[in-house]
Amino acid sequence: MKVTLRVKRYDPERDRSPRWQEYTVEVEDYATVLDALIKVREEIDESLALRCSCRSHICGSCAMRINQKGGLACKTKLAEVAGDGGTVVVEPAGNLPVVKDLVVDLVPFFDKVRAVDPYLQPAGPPPEREYIASNEDMENVKGAMACILCGACVSDCTVLEVDPDFLGPAALAKAWRFVADPRDAADEERLGALSERNGIWDCTHCFMCVEVCPKDVKPMERILDLRRRAMEAGFKNNNGSRHSDAFVETIRESGRLDETKVAIRSTSGLGELLSWSGVGLRSFLHGKVPLSHKPIPGAEHVRKIFDKLETKAGEAQ
Amino acid sequence: MLQHDVLVVGAGLAGMRAALEAKKQGVDVAIMSKVYPVRSHSNAAQGGINAALSEDDSWESHAFDTVKGSDYLGDQDAIEILAKEAPQAIIELENFGVTFNRDERGRLGSRNFGGASHARTYFVGDFTGQAILHVMFEQLLRTGLTSYDEWFVTQLVKDDSGAIRGVVAMDIRTGQLHLVKAKAVVLATGGMGRVYEPSTNALICTGDGMALAYRAGALLMDMEMVQFHPTTLKANGALLSEAARGEGAYLLNKDGERFMFKYAPNKLELASRDVVSRAEQIEINEGRGVDGCVLFDLRHLGAEKIMERLPQIRELALEFAGVDIIHEPVPVRPGMHYIMGGIKTDVWGKTNLDGLFAAGECACVNVHGGNRLGANSLLETVVFGKRAGAAAAEYVKSVGDVRVSEAWLRDEEARIEGLLKRPEGEKAAALRLEMGQTMTRNVGVFRTGEQLLEAQAKIQELKQRYQRVSVGDKGRIFNTNLQFVLELENMLDLAEVVVASALFRTESRGAHTRLDYPNRDDANWLKHTVATYTAAGPKLDTRPVTITRWEPQERKY
Ligand SMILES: Cc1cc2nc3c(=O)[nH]c(=O)nc-3n(C[C@H](O)[C@H](O)[C@H](O)COP(=O)(O)OP(=O)(O)OC[C@H]3O[C@@H](n4cnc5c(N)ncnc54)[C@H](O)[C@@H]3O)c2cc1C
Ligand code: SF4
Ligand code: SF4
Ligand code: FES
Repeated sequence: MKVTLRVKRYDPERDRSPRWQEYTVEVEDYATVLDALIKVREEIDESLALRCSCRSHICGSCAMRINQKGGLACKTKLAEVAGDGGTVVVEPAGNLPVVKDLVVDLVPFFDKVRAVDPYLQPAGPPPEREYIASNEDMENVKGAMACILCGACVSDCTVLEVDPDFLGPAALAKAWRFVADPRDAADEERLGALSERNGIWDCTHCFMCVEVCPKDVKPMERILDLRRRAMEAGFKNNNGSRHSDAFVETIRESGRLDETKVAIRSTSGLGELLSWSGVGLRSFLHGKVPLSHKPIPGAEHVRKIFDKLETKAGEAQ
Repeated sequence: MLQHDVLVVGAGLAGMRAALEAKKQGVDVAIMSKVYPVRSHSNAAQGGINAALSEDDSWESHAFDTVKGSDYLGDQDAIEILAKEAPQAIIELENFGVTFNRDERGRLGSRNFGGASHARTYFVGDFTGQAILHVMFEQLLRTGLTSYDEWFVTQLVKDDSGAIRGVVAMDIRTGQLHLVKAKAVVLATGGMGRVYEPSTNALICTGDGMALAYRAGALLMDMEMVQFHPTTLKANGALLSEAARGEGAYLLNKDGERFMFKYAPNKLELASRDVVSRAEQIEINEGRGVDGCVLFDLRHLGAEKIMERLPQIRELALEFAGVDIIHEPVPVRPGMHYIMGGIKTDVWGKTNLDGLFAAGECACVNVHGGNRLGANSLLETVVFGKRAGAAAAEYVKSVGDVRVSEAWLRDEEARIEGLLKRPEGEKAAALRLEMGQTMTRNVGVFRTGEQLLEAQAKIQELKQRYQRVSVGDKGRIFNTNLQFVLELENMLDLAEVVVASALFRTESRGAHTRLDYPNRDDANWLKHTVATYTAAGPKLDTRPVTITRWEPQERKY
């Protein structure tokens, strides 16, 4: 099979800005994007820089953007992204500074992992033997242990694109791993810290991390679970959980989402509210904020649904 | 100026475990690795880690299986330590946070593995190595010790007395060389799979530490003992874990015969790896293979078991052989997997060079002898990594000021400058491929003196041609090409040692099968081989094998 790789290159010692370069190679039908890149590096252009090691999607080295989507080069079959005679576009992973060609700076990535205190914090001294835990619990945690810290999710996270300080899907999935681990005793501290700025409430559920993760870690679902646990643990003094509560409350009250009320109730107080007044005014001028919301007809039915749900939830507990 | 008490080179399991232990002793520790710690090859271990933990098992049984597996070439004092310290090592990993599989009572649950008389392999699905490596990394982050990530060591540095007192390393990101001084250096640089093509090993497994130590005067022991794993995929050499055979998978020849009945009537597919690989190779050589492979059949395990316990194996087979193991057998063949040999150490990781310690796959303690049992290698990394870390920390307490000449740095700078300035010549990748294919063809499952001499000549030719290898990337920042050229030099030196050691051992034992010397020869060869560097090539000698309580017997499975 013949494929053309269109590679985004940047050599800080020579280039002022990134440039595109194309390579055409002959590869086996089962070849991956990484196989082709290695072939280029070995036979055509030794200066092409990329990270790779295991070739079997376990070391996490080769995350990059392939046809505008984050993923592992060693897990992406050329037959699926290009086909015989086709072209595949290869760029460095997103949301991290480029060091050279397909190599990005991982210092910010690992700093965020470090920021979630990523180690087991059990209560008291270790037992004489293993901690007793159910296989079910271990299987549950394993879902996140499967993360290889490749950064594909970080590359494509839509929030990181606008807010580089967001902890991001990989670090938060790592944090979840401890909260969900029955052996860890620091849930309170963890959930408290994660409820702060740049934590679990900054995710916009865009699904990108779930879609691109090569290990099916589903970071977004872990983040949503962390939110649920944080609210249950009483960490409600933050805009995220207030937003979540207000969202539900306004629907219960009027049967519809009342953005104005949600915005007001989501903030910590008048001071913060005033600091957002610019946004509010602009939204108002663009007709995004109606002055008052009328309850929808039959809003009382909505309220009944809520009541029923709550009774059900109470019974279940 | 960069200086530490203990500098650990390599951040796989052995290196991180050593660093944690040294740090615990209160000395200043740093760890250095050419890749981020979690990218290390320990990741690849799928199957599990051994320990005699259950009530009906014993360390003696584990030790005996290991001795027998080693074809009596393992040092029994070291093997006793390995087996005795295993249970505590596994418990410690669990306490660190490893999510080992559990039984119904919530305790650790185990599986069967090759060459073992009990189900004593503990595991996390089929990504045990990754799970343990990431947890060890978590512990490393917890200590906050200095970590030189993506630093590539190019040279070991000595003081005037000849003691190892640091390294020269390249910060890959900037291309700058640095002299990093240390009172002790622990090498934990892993295996050398890339000397062969194909291999189950990752691209970073280039044996750097072994080659650096060898050139500095350390002894390389039993380097002819190269393990071929029985179940690797033809397409790219990827490994299908022994866990599959542990769960009950069959090996079939082209007639659908479960041929292991002929070679190991009791243990069948779960005989030692050397035994199974030889059996496969005979079937293939005698025309009962399929396309240079035999067939690996898991269908009778059922979809559910495959999905729960072997999902990664299914994925690999699907991807690289286009076969769904739930419905069809997958073709496999023996492939280069592991080096039993390595830098000779005592049971505390001490080498014959003052100030130099080693642990993990790059070391040879020697617990694997002629053939490593599956799931004993991860165990070796944690047991002997811990010991090497402790011993190095203890050792540095008696070392005074470190005095090493800056000339080490200048010499390395000149050498690398020289490489970058070479006129366009041979390509490193082409040389590596020729080397790897030669090694697989001539120094494989079966060897003859003639084949080995041919390989020796070829490696000499390649070493000559290496002098004309050029570096296409002239920059300094993230120059993976330059790094590869340096790695190739290491690999060529090791290939030379493997061939010379294989020529030297005129018998068949463990993974080393000489068709011209087909029998085990305890009278002359119940001995280790050791290779010393000389400008003219490796000089070979022998060392006695330590036997504590298990006298050599004939080996049957
Ligand atoms: C596919 C596969 C499956 C396996 N399955 C099992 C199993 O189920 N059970 C088992 O017990 N064993 C298994 N093994 C073997 C086992 O995984 C390895 O032997 C073991 O993990 C080696 O660990 P290590 O710490 O010695 O080295 P590694 O984990 O390989 O680490 C080496 C480290 O050294 C660093 N390094 C190397 N050279 C340099 C340099 N020049 N400068 C700086 N740093 C350097 C690397 O960056 C890396 O951090 C398997 C091996 C393979 C290949
Ligand atoms: S779902 Fe959340 S964490 Fe995941 S990519 Fe989108 S914003 Fe980022
Ligand atoms: S969550 Fe998935 S995509 Fe993100 S770092 Fe982990 S393995 Fe990679
Ligand atoms: S090379 Fe290891 S994940 Fe792709």
